[in-house]
Amino acid sequence: MSERIEFRLSGSGGQGIITAGIILAEAGIFDGVYALQSQSYGPEARGGSSKAEVVISKEPIDYPKATVPNYLLCLTNESFNLYGLTADQKTVVIADSSVDTSKADREIVKAPILQTAHGELKPLVANIVALSFLVGFTGVVSRESVVAAVMGRIPKGTEALNQKAIDAGFRLADELKK
Amino acid sequence: MSGKKAVLLQGNEACVKGALTAGLRFFAGYPITPSSEIAEQASIELPKVGGCFMQMEDEIASMGCALGASLTGVKSMTATSGPGFSLKQELIGFGAMAEIPVVIVSIMRMGPSTGLPTSPAAGDIMQAKWGTHGDHPAICICPTSVKEMHDLTVAAFNYAEKYRTPVMLMTDEVIAHMREGVVFEDHYEVIDRVHPAPYEEGYLPYACEEGSLVPPMAAYGEGYRFHVTGLSHDESGFPTNSPAVNDRLIRRLCAKVEADADNIVIYDEYMTGDCGTLFVAYGSVARTSLYIVKQLRAQGIKAGLFIPKTIWPFPEKAYQKIIAGGRVKNVIVPEMNMGQLVLEVDRITKTQASVVGIPKVSGELFKTEELYEKVMAVI
Repeated sequence: MSERIEFRLSGSGGQGIITAGIILAEAGIFDGVYALQSQSYGPEARGGSSKAEVVISKEPIDYPKATVPNYLLCLTNESFNLYGLTADQKTVVIADSSVDTSKADREIVKAPILQTAHGELKPLVANIVALSFLVGFTGVVSRESVVAAVMGRIPKGTEALNQKAIDAGFRLADELKK
Repeated sequence: MSGKKAVLLQGNEACVKGALTAGLRFFAGYPITPSSEIAEQASIELPKVGGCFMQMEDEIASMGCALGASLTGVKSMTATSGPGFSLKQELIGFGAMAEIPVVIVSIMRMGPSTGLPTSPAAGDIMQAKWGTHGDHPAICICPTSVKEMHDLTVAAFNYAEKYRTPVMLMTDEVIAHMREGVVFEDHYEVIDRVHPAPYEEGYLPYACEEGSLVPPMAAYGEGYRFHVTGLSHDESGFPTNSPAVNDRLIRRLCAKVEADADNIVIYDEYMTGDCGTLFVAYGSVARTSLYIVKQLRAQGIKAGLFIPKTIWPFPEKAYQKIIAGGRVKNVIVPEMNMGQLVLEVDRITKTQASVVGIPKVSGELFKTEELYEKVMAVI
């Protein structure tokens, strides 16, 4: 199943994790591959834990959830403790810089996603910074497709802000990859 | 993928698109997780096509409202989940008895009672057949993908219209909430209810034409005078205590579906040609099962998968064809309940193979490694 790439995005309700997952899957569709997004969440609309999973594959997708995610993103301590600490060694674990990862005995990729969104932009677009960081870092879907998918899914009038968020995410990824 | 462009849709969204493809013009409902997006989308889309969306005060009223709208000649639907499905049962029976086409979507979540509202389950599939009292026809369709949420919703409407009966479209939270790329077919067959001859004195609303078990259906407001009741009735639509009439009525209602089951059943099979181990799975569990079948095949274990897309009527003949001859030794039925469809599979299998259910009631989809381990312990 090497053709199958799995993402798990986790954080807290209200951070836009599920929207980020939807856009990632849509970018895959735009690239012409198979993509599937699923989610799990508690009854709380905001504040509870939130998880989205995206499977991207060149072949039709059977099992709809992540098995061993290739990439795990954790935006909060709670989500890191839940998924990051128990992640498989094969999983690339990415955490926001604000997350305390000291308990982990493995390499964690860290990026100042929330700080970038909160400082330079608006907290609202933290998910878009996270998403474009993930796309820039992994290259699983094309940057053009993720831009197109973001622009198709956001409210009118927020294009400039979201473009900045996308650019910021790509920049974080490029800096890290240097 | 093929040349045609895929669109990313959620299962519940695709369901509404399918309903509109089939000609939906009326929706009555009461929001309930995990089906609420169906009501939401219907409220957005129906006014655009001259249809009507009505949020009712509760689940029972929603069912009554959907049935009433159908009697005026429009294709009608409601959507719910377990707790609402329970409340609707009496009126589903009324729909079966009065022969009113309607589609009831029930997205299964963990029960009983309010249970786990955001978690998948498959605990209501027996309720789809036996939930309302008395013998009645049951058609229950279970999609396994977002594409099927569209296509099989079209089928659900077609069956409701063709057989003049409530049709249930039921799947689990995973299929309803996930998003996948969908490439629509160029054409979908749409069936409309058969209208009777122009009204004349002595019109019999429940009289079948020669060779048919389904009476043509007039719409209120078109000049036909007729009576609709949940009481046992004759061809005039008025109640009767006649044992002969009642016997004929109930047998005809059931036969509408049972006698035409070959034209109703929908199923898929994968690698069943030479399999010694056969999975029977539906809803999202069919997706996990397909993954495991491929995994087992890669290890040289001859596994296959049978997916009933109509739970009721169960595709008996197609299933029997696979197990006939004694090649299949083990039939494995993983379900997100304590073991429901496994009873039906066991009944049909008789003693031709060993039937093992794998129940799961944690409110989660079967994980791949979990199902793999449970299966390896059996075969």
